[in-house]
Amino acid sequence: MITPSQTVGPFFGHALPYETGPDLVPEGYPGAITVTGRVFDGAGEPVPDALLELWLGETGTRGVLRRDGEGVSGFGRCATAPDGTYRFRTARPAGPYLALLVFARGLLCAVATRIYLQDGPDPLLDALDPERRATLLARADGDVHRFDVRLQGEGETVFLEF
Amino acid sequence: MTHPPNRSPGYRSTILRAPSRPAVALKADPDAIELTSPVFGHGEVGALDADLTRQHEGEPIGERIIVTGRVLDSSGRPIRNTLVEVWQANAAGRYAHAGDRHPAPPDPNFTGAGRCLTDHEGRYRFVTIKPGAYPWRNHPNAWRPAHIHFSVFGTAFTQRLVTQMYFPGDPLFPFDPIMQSVPDAAARERLVSAFDLDVTEPEWALGYRFDVVLGRTPMED
Repeated sequence: MITPSQTVGPFFGHALPYETGPDLVPEGYPGAITVTGRVFDGAGEPVPDALLELWLGETGTRGVLRRDGEGVSGFGRCATAPDGTYRFRTARPAGPYLALLVFARGLLCAVATRIYLQDGPDPLLDALDPERRATLLARADGDVHRFDVRLQGEGETVFLEF
Repeated sequence: MTHPPNRSPGYRSTILRAPSRPAVALKADPDAIELTSPVFGHGEVGALDADLTRQHEGEPIGERIIVTGRVLDSSGRPIRNTLVEVWQANAAGRYAHAGDRHPAPPDPNFTGAGRCLTDHEGRYRFVTIKPGAYPWRNHPNAWRPAHIHFSVFGTAFTQRLVTQMYFPGDPLFPFDPIMQSVPDAAARERLVSAFDLDVTEPEWALGYRFDVVLGRTPMED
């Protein structure tokens, strides 16, 4: 009954990304943080044609697509650069993590994961061995939080099923 | 099984991109933020965004079509006010994307991207032109059947779906590893739109119907 998933393919760049998609808050927003990193494949090569979606858990007041309101948007979308880099400017979520979806050519279904901005007792993290747990923890450097996505192989990111 | 396994070696790009470990099943957590989804305001989508034939000075070349259907949850209830995005190749099988090297003519009057919000019955409607099939380099003499890409949100981030809509009776179906990655034949059928004379507008455009049914949210279990 459910409609099956199909890959986003390589040619979504003229359709899905939008100008303010990576900016969940405007420049200079008090307490804004940057969440950035790279996406890698099973050979350790960057994935230059992935699309990432970030979700804070609340829609907020800024608008999802047009971003013409004040304050925060809870949703962000960012395509990776040729070196696999993505970059979001966002507010801190209410809880310890942000939800992340990754779409790409070669992914028939999007993969879901979480970016934890802080370590601590957590039902998901506590169920993982230390090596796998580490794949969900962003590395903080001031207001910049680095989180790489490894789709396959060594250091493979923990992906979630709901 | 409805969804394709991410590792589907017939589709070559999956080999180095499909996760090798099984996804970790999250224990039921009513506070998980993935159980919520963005809410879209009507001002965010323009009235013309759903008409892909009126985005430029002139009309695009090709067979004008209407594509409409409903976005439903797994119990058949309409999902209202949710964002549906579509994108596609032009009538000659070429995308308005710098990376598309297929030597078919670009169409200056066709970008091939549209979006709309579903109405009270979960209905969406696009006017566009029928996309062409195109070759790709997955294997010798590989061709994608004509398709329109769909992106749909739903009421929970866990329902987020990107898929492709195909056209009935396409002879390329058996040769396409992306469509065939869906293991179940009945599930593959759900990717194929239905020609609908009632959607067709006389002397103007052929009509196709395509419903999108999103998965259960964990709270429905």
